[in-house]
Amino acid sequence: MNKHDPVDVLIIGAGASGAAVAWSLAETKMHILCLDQGGWMNPSDYPSTGRDWEAKFYGDWSTSPNIRGRPEDYPINDDNSPIKVVNFNGVGGSTVMYTAHWPRLHPSDFKVKTLDGVADDWPIDYDALTPFFEENDRIMGVSGLSGDPMSPLTHPPMPPQPLGLSGPLIGKAMNKLGWHWWPSDTTVATMDYEGRARCINLGHCTPACAQGAKASTDITYWPHALRAGVELKTHCRVREILTNEDGMASGVVYYDKDGVEQFQPAEVVIIACNGVGTPRLLLNSVSGRFPNGLANSSGLVGKNLMFHPYAQIYGFVQEPTDSNRAPPTCLWSKEFYDTDLSRGFVRGYGIQFVRGAGPVFEAVASEQKGILPWGAEHHRVFRKLNGHRLGVSAICEDLPEEHNRVTLDPVLKDSHGIPAPRIDYTISENSRKMMEHGLARGREILEAAGATDICTNSPIPWGGWHLLGTARMGTDPSRSVVNEWGRSHDVKNLFIVDGSVFVTSGGVNPTSTIQAIALYVADQMKQRLANLFD
Amino acid sequence: MSAANELTSAHRDDLRSVAAMIVPASEEYKVPGADDPAIQADMLATLGRDTALVAQALDHLARLAGQPLAELDTAKREVIANEFRATGGAAAATLVRVVLQCYYRDERVLRSLGLELRAPFPKGYTLNEGDWALLDPVRARPAQLRRAP
Repeated sequence: MNKHDPVDVLIIGAGASGAAVAWSLAETKMHILCLDQGGWMNPSDYPSTGRDWEAKFYGDWSTSPNIRGRPEDYPINDDNSPIKVVNFNGVGGSTVMYTAHWPRLHPSDFKVKTLDGVADDWPIDYDALTPFFEENDRIMGVSGLSGDPMSPLTHPPMPPQPLGLSGPLIGKAMNKLGWHWWPSDTTVATMDYEGRARCINLGHCTPACAQGAKASTDITYWPHALRAGVELKTHCRVREILTNEDGMASGVVYYDKDGVEQFQPAEVVIIACNGVGTPRLLLNSVSGRFPNGLANSSGLVGKNLMFHPYAQIYGFVQEPTDSNRAPPTCLWSKEFYDTDLSRGFVRGYGIQFVRGAGPVFEAVASEQKGILPWGAEHHRVFRKLNGHRLGVSAICEDLPEEHNRVTLDPVLKDSHGIPAPRIDYTISENSRKMMEHGLARGREILEAAGATDICTNSPIPWGGWHLLGTARMGTDPSRSVVNEWGRSHDVKNLFIVDGSVFVTSGGVNPTSTIQAIALYVADQMKQRLANLFD
Repeated sequence: MSAANELTSAHRDDLRSVAAMIVPASEEYKVPGADDPAIQADMLATLGRDTALVAQALDHLARLAGQPLAELDTAKREVIANEFRATGGAAAATLVRVVLQCYYRDERVLRSLGLELRAPFPKGYTLNEGDWALLDPVRARPAQLRRAP
């Protein structure tokens, strides 16, 4: 095994949180190295550059690593979960392949035990993250409208996305019902911003943005971090973290782009591999001192996995919608975000509205739902459906449960022979009731908009975008994996900055909060450099 | 049965037949059916990773039909198609998706739908700003953010 010169800080993963922490720590002038199992993306390869852009979503650009199967991906055994894991592996991580919807967790999300008597409070609060939310919004480049009466105050540097055709249909329906709605904060640039060109409405934002209008960390944080001296090595897959006789992390073993085993020593190791990749790595880092995996004296590594179960409902209106000719998400609602026990469940959900779909997606989805027939009627019905879809998704807060977990699969391995993660997950009764409530309200919204042919996906099966909770933060080492500033309770030079550290999930997309936490942890590290390991 | 990575001649015949059942040609809309030679050629040329599942679906279809699909009368074909959709699982769904994804990128079909024959990038699309006055009732609401202790 080749051994390299030691670095001061080694970051594993170049995605949402890894990029943010790398950029923030760069000002220390320490020798910082980031390893990522994927490579740099080439926007000229992105689906929207080709006529077959929709077909690619079912194959090479699927959100599921199991379907996509790029060399950079690792398999995931999620057979025992109704919600399948979706992610992207490469520089930028899953920010390359996300919808760019950009809500923050609410202040109340950090105090669910105190407020609602469930789960646990976070050891930090919203106010601690506020400056990092703001800093992150500036660097990622956020569009939106300040002043939402039901969301935390934000200051998006760019105006919101246009309402288009679909937005007014939703807005009128919500006004008719007297329910809250607001233009979403998104990381889609609505004007030229920091070297990024403005959105030109290529359609599906999820499978990467050829225009570069959607913020992904390969085009936001990384150029800054690299200019500041951070080193990034691609196609390097970390197998395990090693420890020394003092119980400190000594470095990592990884496979380089040629598959050759390497050892990279480091003074500090930061894990940024998401809520599945991080516990996988920790559980695979077994030694005599850490027989149950690294940083796992609590036994909680991999446990408390939270997705956001999505209750999706959609229908078809007579008016044309934006279809695939706009970013898919444009509006949100927080009408049912907070606990109201009269609804039969605790906590709540955010709603994100979806503008429509392209012709292939529409045909495939509608045929599967049985509303697009085979035969002579096919053409008439398709013309009624295509370009007329309006969608509503309730993004339900998932509460932590230890039986929902990530473990190492005893059989399945990746291309380097590293055990694949196995997911065991069930949707709780509370979440089910929340999803039913979301579907019922979604139906009311769609009916108020005049929609017919209403269909549901609950949960969205390939909806495991948000991977949270599997190395939770807390002040009690017996009930958490990292402390209130991201450092492992067990290994004093090991930090975690991704969604694994979430204590609860909130009812919103988490990437904004994940990155704010990464910046907060980096800031804590910088403030404590003199006694970081005490 | 067939090798997992290729379609046999019988497969291709049945694929053409079932594609025409899914999307027949239409005089009214001036569109070809999914059995059109160009669309079929697109399917075969781009099957790629879907080949094994499509072959599996076509094997299933052949077992149900007991003979080439094209040789069955219309009523019998309908029965077989319904059974195929009900029992074909992921393989049948993949076959249908392959048919539809190739059909709905054919130039004649897109033209009939009034869609432009181009990739989204680099031209993109224009989005109306919309009527922001619709937001006035929401702006008038009092702030309702739940307080955290």
